[in-house]
Order: sequence, then structure tokens, then C-alpha cells
Amino acid sequence: MNNDIIDISNKYLTFVLATEEYAIDILRVQEIKGWSKVTQIPNTPNYVCGVINLRGTIVPIVDLRLRFNLDYQEYGSMTVVVVVNVISQNGKERIMGIVVDGVSDVYDVTETEIKPPPDFGSVISTEFVKGLATVSDKMVIVLDIDKLLNSDELAIIDGLSQSEI
Amino acid sequence: MTIDLTQVRGLFFEESFENLDIMESSLLDLEIGNFNEELINNIFRAAHSIKGGAGIFQLEDIVTFAHNAETFLDEVRDRKHSIDQTLIDLLLRTGDILRMMLLASKDNNEYDTQLVQACQNELKQALTKEIIETPEIISSEEIIVEPEVLRQWHIEFKPDLPILKTGNDPINLFRELKELGELTVIANTDAIPNFADIDPQSCYLSWELILQSKASRADIEEIFEWVIDECELNITVNNLENLESPTSENLKSIEVSEVETTEPIPEIIAPMVSQDIVVEPTVEIHKEPSDDIVNKHVNIQGNTNSIRVGIDKIDNLINIVGELVITQSMLDQIGENFDNSDIIQLRDGLSQLERNTRELQENVMRIRMLPISFSFNRFPRLVHDLSSQLGKKVELILSGESTELDKTVLEKMSDPLVHLVRNSLDHGIELPEQRKQAGKPEIGQLHLNAFHQSGNIVIQISDDGAGFDIEKIRAKAIQKGWITPEENLVNEQLYEFIFQPGFSTSEEISDVSGRGVGMDVVRRNIRDLGGSIEVKSETGKGSKFSIRLPLTLAILDGQLVRVGKEIFVLPLLSIMESLRIQTKLVNSFTGTVEIYKLRDDYIPILRLYKLFDIKNTATKLEQGLLVIAEGDGQKIGLFVDELLSQQQIVIKNLENNYKKVQGVSGATILGNGNVALILDITGLIQLFRNQTKSPSYLPLGATRYE
Amino acid sequence: MAHKILICDDSVSIRQMLALTLNDAKYNVTESKNGMQALELANQHNFDLIITDVNMPLLDGLSLVGKLRILPEYRFKPILLLTTETDPKKKKQAKAAGATGWIIKPFDPDKLLAAIRKVLR
Repeated sequence: MNNDIIDISNKYLTFVLATEEYAIDILRVQEIKGWSKVTQIPNTPNYVCGVINLRGTIVPIVDLRLRFNLDYQEYGSMTVVVVVNVISQNGKERIMGIVVDGVSDVYDVTETEIKPPPDFGSVISTEFVKGLATVSDKMVIVLDIDKLLNSDELAIIDGLSQSEI
Repeated sequence: MTIDLTQVRGLFFEESFENLDIMESSLLDLEIGNFNEELINNIFRAAHSIKGGAGIFQLEDIVTFAHNAETFLDEVRDRKHSIDQTLIDLLLRTGDILRMMLLASKDNNEYDTQLVQACQNELKQALTKEIIETPEIISSEEIIVEPEVLRQWHIEFKPDLPILKTGNDPINLFRELKELGELTVIANTDAIPNFADIDPQSCYLSWELILQSKASRADIEEIFEWVIDECELNITVNNLENLESPTSENLKSIEVSEVETTEPIPEIIAPMVSQDIVVEPTVEIHKEPSDDIVNKHVNIQGNTNSIRVGIDKIDNLINIVGELVITQSMLDQIGENFDNSDIIQLRDGLSQLERNTRELQENVMRIRMLPISFSFNRFPRLVHDLSSQLGKKVELILSGESTELDKTVLEKMSDPLVHLVRNSLDHGIELPEQRKQAGKPEIGQLHLNAFHQSGNIVIQISDDGAGFDIEKIRAKAIQKGWITPEENLVNEQLYEFIFQPGFSTSEEISDVSGRGVGMDVVRRNIRDLGGSIEVKSETGKGSKFSIRLPLTLAILDGQLVRVGKEIFVLPLLSIMESLRIQTKLVNSFTGTVEIYKLRDDYIPILRLYKLFDIKNTATKLEQGLLVIAEGDGQKIGLFVDELLSQQQIVIKNLENNYKKVQGVSGATILGNGNVALILDITGLIQLFRNQTKSPSYLPLGATRYE
Repeated sequence: MAHKILICDDSVSIRQMLALTLNDAKYNVTESKNGMQALELANQHNFDLIITDVNMPLLDGLSLVGKLRILPEYRFKPILLLTTETDPKKKKQAKAAGATGWIIKPFDPDKLLAAIRKVLR
């Protein structure tokens, strides 16, 4: 091992979605919980399931399968919600839940082990992907959770006021 | 030495603004021709304090200006000026200028120096005394350049007998002198009387001091500054070359470190003083009026994100939390070995828990509550300025100032209130001559009142002016095409028009209450806060606006409604009525919108399940209910499956973790832990309008008259 | 032991400034906001020095000095007046009331401490 390069190792939580394994920075994970009834929000994209009450806080839930245009899967007792902290473009911190098929493992991944993704062949847009890493002979997709959960309809639009006529 | 003054600096500005508030309210309380010493002293002290503080932070412009104000105020205090309108106006302006300067200095901004100069000149001209001396800002700056050479100073110091009574101790002076150089102290004991004649509180000694130092005469004189009028002091200087110690035979020479032995007086004093008759000063303790004033004037504009909470409110919370803990441990105990015989106790415990929780909720909400005086307090000045500008005589009456309301509501109500007050002054109260002709007292009355009424706060603005000119309003409405000349409306219906955009009865545009922008905005602001405004008027007798607002924005009286499996909350305030639909009263309008005929109104029907795309709901109108709600002056019928309970709900923000959603003002957590969305009627109407893509579909739904 | 100083001024910022400076110089500082309060405190504690503003509500500085000088504990104690007046007439008034000396506002910390050194050893 080359000791001259200071290589920072981070812990990543991985989860499964369809056939692929995805990783997110574990420091962003607030908790992992089961599925509970959501309250739908009208006129939102289909991947926004709705909101839940997380100990008094209203937390939106995003279905990653639908976000990535994968097949919809019925929610049930096996469904897992990963509650994450997301930092938006304006520096605001938000709590959001993501629905995944199941949580897999926690790995140590160093920065240098994360390789840039190829520009094709993925079901998801590469703009949300930080890179690819190989752990225990498996390839995992390292997600940029901030970009993912601040994109498109999830972006905060500043200064939007509907009370103006 | 360096001391971090930034914190003190902030304090200085805060305090100065409070002082200006005191100055202003005192000025407004002054009655013409009446010398009120207390008020005038308040005003003087305010200017004085600002000057003192400004000096510390080297805000020299402010010092100079405040000094001019102080000089003038000093004369006022000495009754050299009569208390008239000109004087009060000048001083009000002086306060404004000070505020402007302070604000600018606080943020390191520029300010209009011409304004300052103009006001300063006015202050100077107003003086009865000719000369106005500028204050010494930093006296140490005036340096008389003297060459730093070693000189021998010869000082003769003969204090007056009672010098000790002012707390001056010669020994301290000598110690200071010694700091300047080499000192020889020669005490002259000649004047000490016989022991029997000694007054232990007097100083009989005199001294001859020889100081070898590079110090200047000013340095030495400064040491004697405080005793200069209580002694004979003679300072002479010898050249260092012919330095010769002048010791005369009858003088004892003592080093300064031994001076104590030559000066036994302080030691004698102590025991003798304690035998003196102790004079008990009569001290009456008054409640501090100044503190009251300061508390009333806490600056709320400055710190929008913090809140000052009274200790009593905190104490209440602590008490309730204490009770909660007791309840919890009681329930714990019941739960430990529970059998069915404990059920009554459990029920008691739970109802106690419910009571504790409710109290806790109420008290936490109370923290956000501020007295409306924060808002009312700006009106004396406003009314004073405006009425003199308009040539009207107005007495402002404030009542219910201690009525509390939510901080956010309070802040957002500020502008609408100002607008209404301006309106009353401009259009309501007549000129003195007109009032006289109408057989009314010359001085008009403007009354601001606030009180609580069934969970709401009501703010009333009433005047005894002319009332609304019905014919003018009518003419305007016809001119605007809102009504036809044939239409016969009752007065109340006509008053509604003043809230329409683009309405103004004032023929000339006045710079006081502006033009037709106004009342519509006022009403919108009030409605945004979940409140309502109504108006009463009687020609020749005056008019009264009543604003009804929720006490807090954090809690809402809600009506729960069900659509399919979803539960929504409608603000109770926006609901007018709920009814079973009679299908024969439903008509279609331009093929896209269903209209329900309710008495004389035509109300568009909004099927919530359609708008929100909710499955498994009642789709036939006769299966559900129609909730008639109002948002921004428009009525709409919301079609829902059923009405559930009404309850107070705690408003949670959707934007914190998600974003604003049109038609939804927030969310709440229901008793079962589920989330329910709170609907925003105005937003729904817009959403509906956009979806039906027919901007003109609502011509009849607009509430023209209520 | 540190000298005990009572300061008296109706302005919070001036009080704070005094307290900061004096605490920093290791004096033991007590604050009061008007003459009445100062007088009460002076009755309860034995201060080595009193520094007071002149213009204050309830009881002004000059009257405070007068009242303090009646108390045996304060007959010979140094009392300094904080004043913006440079007028010799006002200085005479101060002396007549029994003040030891005065400190002209505005003052910087060094000047303040120098003035105190004149009366406290």
C-alpha cells in the first residue's frame, strides 16, 4: 500500500434496487425504518410518495425505483425507507426518506477507489452518480444524494409565492 | 489597554434607539403651554445619554449634534422656552435626525449631512444664548508641545482644612506625582493646633514637594485638578543646571514611602467617626418609571428572529412540565402491575395527562405572544405628524394595548394598521372648521382598540369623522362598471367596494393615504393571516373598521374532511357553510365548470378528488357534501365525501423538508399519528382556475357583496 | 483584596463599558442604574470607590453624593462623577456637593483607570 497518499476512507451504506447495488455516504443516513402509511401530496410527480410523520416532523418520501424509472413495486412489510439528510443548493438541510428494496451492507470505501462512471449502460442518469466502486468483488454505484434529491421537481424554488395575484 | 467594545457598541445602539423612543413618546405626551418637568427631563436625559455613549465610540458627528440638542434642551429645562408646537416639532425632528445618524453609524453607512446641518442650525438659532460651545471630544488631543527635558519642579501645596471631606487624600496625589519622577515630600506641621482643639476631620498639614521630572506643567496640574479650588497651590520650575535642594531648617524631609507616619489623620478618623450619630437617610423606593418605559419600547424591528419572553411565562412552563413529570410517574406506576381494577386510575391518569398536554401547548404558544402596544406605540407620532400636515386636530385614544397576539401576526399587521389610520386621518376626520360647522368638537377622535373575543383578537380603528360618502362610492362603482346605475344596493354592500382593487374616492391624489392601492391590499394581508375585516360607517358620525385575526399562526381551528381515504383540514375561518347538494340547483357553465345556485349566489363546484386525483371517492354530487368556502373574496364549493370533526390543529410546515405546494398551506399530525394536509382556499381556487384553463370562468363567483 | 467599586449610570452601555474596564483591571465591580439604587447598595456594602453619572432618573448624581457624604462609611470615601460638562460652574457644583473628582465623558479605559488610581491605592 502506498502510504504517501493520504487516502480518506469513508463508510458507505449500500442498498439494493432491482438488480443493482447502490451506496450512499453513511454520515448522511439518519435512520432506517419500515414502510408506514404516507399522506399523498397532490400534483407531485409519481416518485414522490407523500409525507410521513417522523416524530413530529413532516418528511417527504421518494420512491427511488420510480425516480429511476424502474418498475413499480408494491409497498409492504419488506419495504425499507432510508431517512437521509440532504443539503440543497442554498445550503438548507432537509430530511427526506427514500424507498429502496432492501438495505445490504456497510463498506469502507476510499476516495481513490471510486472511479468515474462510464457514460452509458446505467438505468439512471450519471449526473446523480458520484462513481463506481468495487467492494468484495461486487460493483456498487455510489450516489450523490444531494444532487439526486435536489433535482427536477424536488428542487427548492426560491421566492415562489402563490399569494401574489 | 484594549477591551473588546464591540459588544458594548451593540448595546449602545440598542439603548440609544430605546432612548429615542422615550424621547419621542415624551415629546408627544407634552401638552402645549404646559411645562412638564418629568417629561422634559426624560427628553433631556435621552439626548444626554446618546451624547455620552457616542463619545465612547468616537461617533463625533453624533456627539456634536447631540450636544447642540442638549444645549437647547438645557435651556428648555431652565424654562427659557415656552412649550409650543414649533418646539415639539423641532425636537421630534431632532430625534429623527439622531435616529438616522445612529442607524447609519451602526451599519457604517452614509447619511444625509445636509439634513443634519439644517437641523443643527435650527437648534442653534432657537437658543436664547448667543454662543454655543462645541464639546471637548478628546481633551488629551490638545497637546502643548513642550520639550521633554528633566526639570525640577517646586510645588507648594496647602490644602484647605475640609479637603478630606471630598474624599481627596493628599497621599494619593503624592503617589501620582511620584509616578512622574523623583519626589521629595516635605510636610509642614506648623498649623496643627493643640490636641484638644483638633478637629479629626480636618487637614492641618501643608506640603512642599520637589519633583525631578520630564513632566510638563499640565501633567502636574492635572494631578491637582480635583483639588485646585480647595487648596493653595504654587508650582514653580527650576532649571536642572542650578539644581540645588532647598532644605530650610524648620522643615522635615521625608521620603514619600514613609509619608503615612506624618499623616496620622485617617487612622484617628475611623474610631471617632463610628461614635458619631448615624444619620439615617430617608430613602423612598419608587418603582422605576424609566424601566417601564424601556420595557414598553423594546425594539422589535431590529431583532426579528429573537423574542423577549417574560420570566413568568417561563416559570409557568416549568410548573407544567413538573406536573407532566408527576403524571408520567403515576402512569408508570399503574402500568407496572396492571390489573383490571386499576382501570379507573388509568383513566384518571390519562385525563390528567391530557390536561397537562393542553396546558403545555397553550403555554408554549403564549411564548410567541406579544402585547399589541408594540404596534400601537408608533401611532402617537404618526398621528401627530399627519394631523399637523393635514391641518387637522386629532386626539388619539389607545386602549387594550396589553392585548397579546402572535409575534408574526403582529409584525404582519403593522402596515395594514398604518394604512387604516392614515385613511381615517385623511378621509375620515374633517378639518376643524368643517367639524365646527357640523356641530362637532374641533378636535376629532381616533380610537385604536384591541381585545380578545372567542379565540380571536379584534382590532378596531374608529373615528368620529364624516363617515363614508355613500354617493361617491356609488358613483365610483358605476364608473368602474361594477354596478349599473339602476342597481339598488344597501350601504353595507357599497362599503365592500372600497376593498376592490383600483378604488379610491379621494378626488385628488393625496400623499397621505396614497391612491387606490390600499384597502384591497389591506384586506389581502389580513386574509393571508387567516383573518377578516369589516367596516361600519354612519354619515356624519364616523366609521369603524374591525379586524378579526387568529391569535396565533401556529394553531388553527380546523374542519377535517374526508375525500376517499385521504383526510384534509380546512381552516374553519374560511368555511361559510356546508350543505347537501340538491342536484337541481347545479348548472353547467361554458361546459367546463359546474355552478351551484345558493340563494342569490352562483358558486363554482370544485371536486377535490378530481383536482387531487384521488381514487375511490364519491363521484355523484348527491353522495357527498358541498363545503362553501371563501378565499380572497371568492366563494367556492368544495365537493368532499364527508365532514369529520372540528379540532384545533398545530400547523407544520411542508417547506422545511419539501417545498411549497399550491393549494396546500401546511400539514398537521392527527391524533392517530398520520399526516393531514391543510388546504389553502385561495391557492385551490387558483389551481382550479389554471386546470380549467378558463380564466374567466368565475365571473359570478366573485363576491361583490357579502 | 480587590477594591470594591460601585458604578452608577442609567445607560446600560456606559455601565457595561465601565464594568468591562474595571473588571479587566481586577477591581470588584457592582453596578447600579440610578441614584436610588446606588444609595441602597452603598448602605448594604462598604465600597472603596463610587463612580456615578450626574444626570439620572430618580436621584441624580449630585444628590447622591450629598446623601452618601452623610453616611459615616462614606464621609471620606472617594466619589467620582461621570460628566460630559466641561463647564467650570458644573465642576464647582460637583465639589460643593462633596465629590472627590470627575471623569469627563467620553473617556477611554486608560484615562478611567488613571483617574481611579488617583483615589485608590
